[in-house]
Amino acid sequence: MLEFAISRWQTILKMTIDHFTIVVIAMIISIIAGVAVGVLITYKKSWANVILNVANILMTIPSLALFSILIPIMGIGRAPAIAGLVLYTQLPIVRNVYTGIVNIDPSIIEAANGMGLSKAKIMYKIKLPLAFPVIMAGIRTAAVMGIGIGAIAAYIGAGGLGEYIFQGINRGNDRMILIGAIMVSVITIIIDRGLGMVQRRFEI
Amino acid sequence: MTKAQTSSLRLRDVLSILFIISIGVAFSIYVVQYPQDRIVERFISYSKIINAILQHLYIVAISSALALLTSVPLGIILTRPRFKKYSTKVLTVVNIGQTIPSLAIVALFVGFLGIGSKTAILALWIYSLLPILNNTLVGILSVEPSVIEAARGMGMPTKRILYKIELPLALPIIIAGIRTAVTINIGTAILAAFVGGGGLGDLIISGNNVSRWQILMLGATLPALMAILADIVFGVVERRTII
Repeated sequence: MLEFAISRWQTILKMTIDHFTIVVIAMIISIIAGVAVGVLITYKKSWANVILNVANILMTIPSLALFSILIPIMGIGRAPAIAGLVLYTQLPIVRNVYTGIVNIDPSIIEAANGMGLSKAKIMYKIKLPLAFPVIMAGIRTAAVMGIGIGAIAAYIGAGGLGEYIFQGINRGNDRMILIGAIMVSVITIIIDRGLGMVQRRFEI
Repeated sequence: MTKAQTSSLRLRDVLSILFIISIGVAFSIYVVQYPQDRIVERFISYSKIINAILQHLYIVAISSALALLTSVPLGIILTRPRFKKYSTKVLTVVNIGQTIPSLAIVALFVGFLGIGSKTAILALWIYSLLPILNNTLVGILSVEPSVIEAARGMGMPTKRILYKIELPLALPIIIAGIRTAVTINIGTAILAAFVGGGGLGDLIISGNNVSRWQILMLGATLPALMAILADIVFGVVERRTII
């Protein structure tokens, strides 16, 4: 097992980096979109329910099904994989941005209003910093999910560690499956811990 | 909640359940009646679709039932005073276990058990054990100690406290765990097709292999609809168990 891993370390490293890259690209898009949507729906409460419900349904859809639905639309490769990941990781981010901002003590916002801060300034200077821990928790959940689902994205040609696992299944090679699974878990733990550190660092 | 509110909620749920079922039925009828070419026409039939759905349901039902039967008693045992000190450790392990991707779990079991639906069922069992165990532990541990103390003060034996106080109070959280587990299982059961377990994933794989979008979409939408359906149904159950 160890010998196998050492003799194939270049492939394994490449697939790990591939996996990491796909998830990171997807997460960056997902965070930008999710935070934007989450912030927007705090202004329009009537939309919040609709958007959160849609995100909820999106997350209930099995990941492999979502990727398969994207094949006829976007073909195969990295693009549909990233699109699927972005769609899939929206719910935790949007929901946490929304609840994080909505649950801020209204008296704080009133105070800021009284001081004459503009709406945009209240958002940047008060709401977002105060909601940061909650938002970060959402991003963490999304990232952990994204890495696991990224393995399944290999089925539509995204590459990454999922590809290693699928190859292992096809060849009946347990060692490949095991290494793929372990590496995915390792990345998950590293990203989870890393984001946890960022969260603690910037918490007020 | 007033009576009017619960009844209106129920109507909404019933309508969405009917809506989801009709989408699935309509899409299946469309693909069978208007296949895009001869390959799809030969490949897809009503009996084939129903067979795949039944196979899928079979895998999900058995694995979820096994998970339920094992994790709830396990959760109860772990919250008894004698084992309580282990419960937080178990929770940490369970949380780490949940980060392992489903594909990896299913694939790992192939190594031990070879291919077939048994492998898929076992993998799904282990995977869906985690959310139910997690919620059982959290649900029972979060019952307010003063409530239990009050029951004890009234002279209730420990067994009765478990059945009459702890479990009913923890039930909504346990049901939420079952809801998560079943929804995840429906999705993960698609992966069963990769290890020869059959189910709707077969349609996805065949559809992809012959690159016919109709077969592919059928294999993708049916489990998606099933998952959404299960989510709604268990959501209703969850709401009804809240005291």
